[in-house]
Amino acid sequence: MPNLKELSKKPARLTGGHRMCAGCGAPMVVNWVTKALKEGDKAVIANATGCLEVSSFLYPYTAWKDSWIHSAFENAAATISGAEAAYNAMKRKGRIDETYKFIAFGGDGGTYDIGLQSLSGAMERGHDMVYVCYDNGAYMNTGIQRSSATPFGADTTTSPAGKVVPGKQQFRKDLTQIMAAHNLPYVAQTVAPVPGTKYMFDLYNKSEKAIYTKGANFLNVLTPCPRGWRIEAATELDVIKAAVETCWWPLYEVENGKYKLTYKPAEKKPITEWLKLQGRFKHLLKPGNEHLVEKIQAEVDRRWERLLELCGEKEIAKAEVAASNK
Amino acid sequence: MAKRVSLSGNEAVAQAMRQINPDVVAAFPITPSTEIPQYFSQFVANGQVTTEFVPVESEHSAMSACIGAAAAGGRVMTATSANGLALMWEMLYIAASSRLPITLAAVNRALSGPINIHNDHSDTMGARDSGWIQLYGENAQEAYDNFIMAVKIGEHPDVQLPVMDCFDGFITSHAVENLEMLEDEEVKAFVGENRVAPYALIGQEPVSMGPLDLPPYYFEHKRQQAEAMKNAKRVILEVAAEFEKLTGRKYGLFEEYRMEDAEAAIVILNSSAGTAKAVVDSLRAEGKKVGLIKIRVFRPFPAEELAEALSKVKAVAVMDKADSFSAAGGPVFTEVRSAMYGRADGKIVVSYIYGLGGRDVTTNQIEKVYNDLFSAIETGKYEVYNYVGVRE
Repeated sequence: MPNLKELSKKPARLTGGHRMCAGCGAPMVVNWVTKALKEGDKAVIANATGCLEVSSFLYPYTAWKDSWIHSAFENAAATISGAEAAYNAMKRKGRIDETYKFIAFGGDGGTYDIGLQSLSGAMERGHDMVYVCYDNGAYMNTGIQRSSATPFGADTTTSPAGKVVPGKQQFRKDLTQIMAAHNLPYVAQTVAPVPGTKYMFDLYNKSEKAIYTKGANFLNVLTPCPRGWRIEAATELDVIKAAVETCWWPLYEVENGKYKLTYKPAEKKPITEWLKLQGRFKHLLKPGNEHLVEKIQAEVDRRWERLLELCGEKEIAKAEVAASNK
Repeated sequence: MAKRVSLSGNEAVAQAMRQINPDVVAAFPITPSTEIPQYFSQFVANGQVTTEFVPVESEHSAMSACIGAAAAGGRVMTATSANGLALMWEMLYIAASSRLPITLAAVNRALSGPINIHNDHSDTMGARDSGWIQLYGENAQEAYDNFIMAVKIGEHPDVQLPVMDCFDGFITSHAVENLEMLEDEEVKAFVGENRVAPYALIGQEPVSMGPLDLPPYYFEHKRQQAEAMKNAKRVILEVAAEFEKLTGRKYGLFEEYRMEDAEAAIVILNSSAGTAKAVVDSLRAEGKKVGLIKIRVFRPFPAEELAEALSKVKAVAVMDKADSFSAAGGPVFTEVRSAMYGRADGKIVVSYIYGLGGRDVTTNQIEKVYNDLFSAIETGKYEVYNYVGVRE
C-alpha cells in the first residue's frame, strides 16, 4: 500500500490558482493520477474542452506544471496520440533523452459522447498513453446538460424532471465495458479518493498501473460535481462512498482481458443510499415514484451480477460454499 | 543532381514526403488523395523513412493528431480531399491559430453534396479563410515543388503557419507526367533535417498550449496571426528564389503567361491553366492580344501584385472552379475584383464558373470566354456573372 506521508511530499503537478468550483473533484483526480508519475518522468497532458480545461489555462495563466495541450472538445485522444507519435519519432532520431508519459483528461461529455470515436481510434491504435475520463455524469461546463453518462432519473437542464417526465429516461452507457471490449492492456473503473476507506488509494494504484503498463490504457473515474449533483461540497465524499457501497459504481480493473473486482462491499447498500444524498434525484424519492426507484435498483442489480460473473466472483462464492460444506 | 521521372501527382507528392522524412504523417484515406498515405505507408513498411505513420479513424483525428505532433515539436504532414478536408474544418482553424506548421496535400475534389469524387475547387476554396497558406499547382511538377517549398515556408520563424499544397484530383493526382525530381540529399538540405520549433511540448521547458483566450488577449493573437500571413508573402518569394537556385524552376505569387500587351486576360487556378495556355497560344497565333494569370498563392492573397499585373488589360475573366453561392460570382472573382478596386479601375471584370464536379473544361469553352471579353470590349455590353459548360 502506498505511504500517504511519502505521497503527500510529492509536489502537485496541477497547482492551485486554477478556477475550478469549490469542491470540484476534477483537480483532485488530476493530482492523484499525476502523483503516480515517477519523479523525473515528464508528462504531456492533453485536455478535452470542458470545465478542467477552461479553468486551468486562461491565457496567460496556466496551472499546469507539465506540458499541456488543449485543441478541441472531441479529440483529446487523437491529439495526445499525435504527440506520442512525434515523441517516438524524435526519440528514434536521438533528439530526446528524457522519458515522457502521455495522459489525456476528458469529462464524460468529451469522452462518452462527442469524443468517443477519437477515443476508440486512439485506443485501438495502441499508442503508449492513458486516457482518464473524469465522469461527473453531465455536461457541467455548459450548465448541467444530460450526457450518455447521466444516471437514469437525474434532473439535468436537458432532461429536466417535469410534471410528466421524471428526469433522464435512459440508463447510463457503460463506457468502462466498451473500453474493455477494445482488449486494451489495462482498463479500470475507480473513484476520486475517499480518505479512511479501503479504496482510498484505488485511483493512485490504478493510475500507476495505467501509466506504467505499455500501451493504450483507460481509467474511468467517478468524480463529484457539487453544482451538477446538487450537493453540498462537504458531503461529496459521502456521495462517492455511497456510489461504491450501493454497487452503482463498482471498483474493478481489466488487465489483459482478466476482470478483477478491486473492492467488494461487505454488504451491498440499497440504491436509495446513493439517490437520497443528491438534489438531482430528489423527485425520485417523492411518494408515487417508488416504481422508478425499483427500476433503478433492478438495473444496478443486473449490472452488478453480470460484473460478478465477469470477475469470477460467482465461482469464488460457489467454491467457498462448497469448502464450508465439507 | 535532379533526375527525370514519370510519376502521378500523388506519387510525386508521396516521394517528396519520403525525401523530407517527416516525424509524423497522420492520414485517413479519401479519393483522390488516398494514394499518398498508401505510398507513404509502404515507405514506412520498407524502412525508407523513420516517420511515425498514424492511420487515424477520421480526418478530424488526422488533423488533431497532426496538431498534437506539431505541438510536440515534430515535422508533420497529411493529405486529404473534399469531405475529408471538410471534416477537418474545426481543426484547420485551430492548427493555424496555434501557429503550427503542418503540410497538407489538398487534392482538390468537389465537396458533397451531392457526392461526387471528381475535381473542382469547392473544398479548398471553402477553407480559404481558415488561416492556412494555400499554394495551387498546375501539374505534378508544381505539386511536388510546392510541397517541398511548403515545409520551408510554414516553418519560417516569421510565419509559423500550416500550408496546403493544392492540386487537381485525378487530372493531376492520377495522370502520370514527366517531372524532375531532386535528389534525396538535396531535399533534406533544402528543408533542413529537423524542424526547429520555437516552443514545443517535448524536449524543452514545459509549455501550455491552447488556452481559453478571452477578450483581453484573443484579438491580439488573431492580429499576430494576420501579421504572420502578411510575412508569408515575402517568405514565399524568398523560398522560391532559393528553390530556383537549386532547380532552375521559377515560382512567384502567380504566373503571367503572355501578358505583355494583353487586352483580354483570364485569371485561373491549377490544371485548367494548362488548357487555357493552349488557347492563349492559338489565339496569339491569330494575332489576338490575350494573356493568362495563373494564381499560385491564394493565401496570402497577392492583391497589389495582381492589380498591377492587370493594370494594362481592358477586360478580365476570372474563372472559378467553385461557386460561393453568394449570387455575386465565384470566390477568386470577388477577391480579384476587390484587389483591382482603386488600383486598376475602369476594367471589365467578369466571373465565369466552370468545371464543377469534374465537368471537363475544353479549349472551345475557354476560347468562348476570350471571345466574350473581346465582344465586351467592343460593344461595352456583357454579363458579369457567367457559367460556362453547363446545361441551362
